[in-house]
Amino acid sequence: MPLKIIQIKDLSVKYGDIEALSKVSFEIEAGDYVGIVGPNGSGKSTLIKSVLGLIPFEGEILFQGESLSDFMLQKKVGYLPQKMSFIDQRFPATAKEIVVSGLYCRKKFPKRVTRDDYQTAWKIMETLGISGLADRSVGKLSGGQQQRVLLARALINAPQLLILDEPTVALDPQSRETFSLTIQKLNRENGVTILLVSHDAGSIGKYASKFLYLDRKVVFYGTFDKFCKSSEMTDYFGAEQHIICHRH
Amino acid sequence: MEVFSQIREALSFAFVQRALIAGCFMALGCSFLGVFLVLRRFSLIGDGLAHVSFATVAIALLLHAQPMIVSIPLVAIASLIILSLNEKAKVYGDAAIGLVSSFGIALGVIIASTAGGFNVDLFSYLFGNILSVSGIEVWITVGISLIVVLITVLFYHDLFAITFDEDYAYVSGIKVKTVNKILIILTSLIVVLGIKIVGTMLVSSLIILPAVSALQIVKSFKAAIVLAGVFAVLSVIAGIFVSYVLNYPSGATIVMVNFVFFAFSFALGIIKK
Repeated sequence: MPLKIIQIKDLSVKYGDIEALSKVSFEIEAGDYVGIVGPNGSGKSTLIKSVLGLIPFEGEILFQGESLSDFMLQKKVGYLPQKMSFIDQRFPATAKEIVVSGLYCRKKFPKRVTRDDYQTAWKIMETLGISGLADRSVGKLSGGQQQRVLLARALINAPQLLILDEPTVALDPQSRETFSLTIQKLNRENGVTILLVSHDAGSIGKYASKFLYLDRKVVFYGTFDKFCKSSEMTDYFGAEQHIICHRH
Repeated sequence: MEVFSQIREALSFAFVQRALIAGCFMALGCSFLGVFLVLRRFSLIGDGLAHVSFATVAIALLLHAQPMIVSIPLVAIASLIILSLNEKAKVYGDAAIGLVSSFGIALGVIIASTAGGFNVDLFSYLFGNILSVSGIEVWITVGISLIVVLITVLFYHDLFAITFDEDYAYVSGIKVKTVNKILIILTSLIVVLGIKIVGTMLVSSLIILPAVSALQIVKSFKAAIVLAGVFAVLSVIAGIFVSYVLNYPSGATIVMVNFVFFAFSFALGIIKK
């Protein structure tokens, strides 16, 4: 029986009087590549923030059967945040400084970064084809390069689960494709479980093994093919279902 | 050559020696914190807390107490209120600073106008006077500045992670709220030290200017902190000597030297592009 990496039970989140998520339940198994899609305001980012413990929520989120607070989240989960715009062009940090910061969670006070840590950073950057950027200022890199630096930071701890929040939103089509292939390779060759939020349902279908359509509640959860063949989904989406599936 | 003999003469005076020691240590603390505060768009907190310190100095003078001793805990509390307003009451950071700082100024003015008798003393804190720093104030300044520098060094990696990406820092297990509190309390301490040196009106410039100058030309975080420290200390040394030679107000001269460093860095930054 496959190991359940995440079990979400009756997850609800409210912002004031507005219910961002209502009784969301689903499970992710080890090795899954789950793509989460939904319209703007459907609660995709809220779901990710809840999973990461960034916002308060009702319900239960279990990681390998343990509650969020018991789970050593930082050592088993890699996270790639949504917006790249937060990387100020003038931010004074080299790419390797950012990548090595992914190791801070393993350090005890007072934290010290060693030469070995930089070598680990260099190795992961080399794997992602960005070792040549190590000493360049992170703010001066292109969008695609910055995203790979942040991916290297997320992967430096060899996480079992990688959570990505709209990682390709600011990328050009070619960088988007390259990035998506990198994530697919991590999933297929390294066995990293992927939880990826995207506004682009078509591209999710191309790479993900499971498809979660969210609209404040779970509208659909299953394989992409199942989604395309579901008459229930046809009733829900109408012609939009065809558009999503056609792009796939 | 006359200038050098004037500088040599200045160095022979105990009050100049005290000013140099206190100024350099405080500048170091200001610049270290400044890099984090500027990058987190929190640089005006120095301004806000300086305004609060105007009220706390008024309270100290009213109670015939040492202004620095009274101001340190009260300004630290004000800094936590700003943080709390920002985090819990969802008041924007700049608005939270504005709220607390205007309260501070208003309270200071009310105390000064109703109590009377110490207005001259109080208003001398508006622009400070580094040359009048007493022996005990030097010791307090050196002690607190060293604490600020030491804590900044010990928490460097946490502060770096939070400055770059607060959410990721939280996910990495860094105690973001605690580190934020430490940063803001250290800022309040350094601001209180600064009001004697450059006064409540100019203290925030010692936090902002060296950091902004350094950020024009460096690409690594550690280099930014080191260079900001160098700019800050050189500004204090040059400022004290220039003010002595030209008979200018020392606090304002220190700030002007800081501006010279900024202009130099800004030009260098453009050339490097």
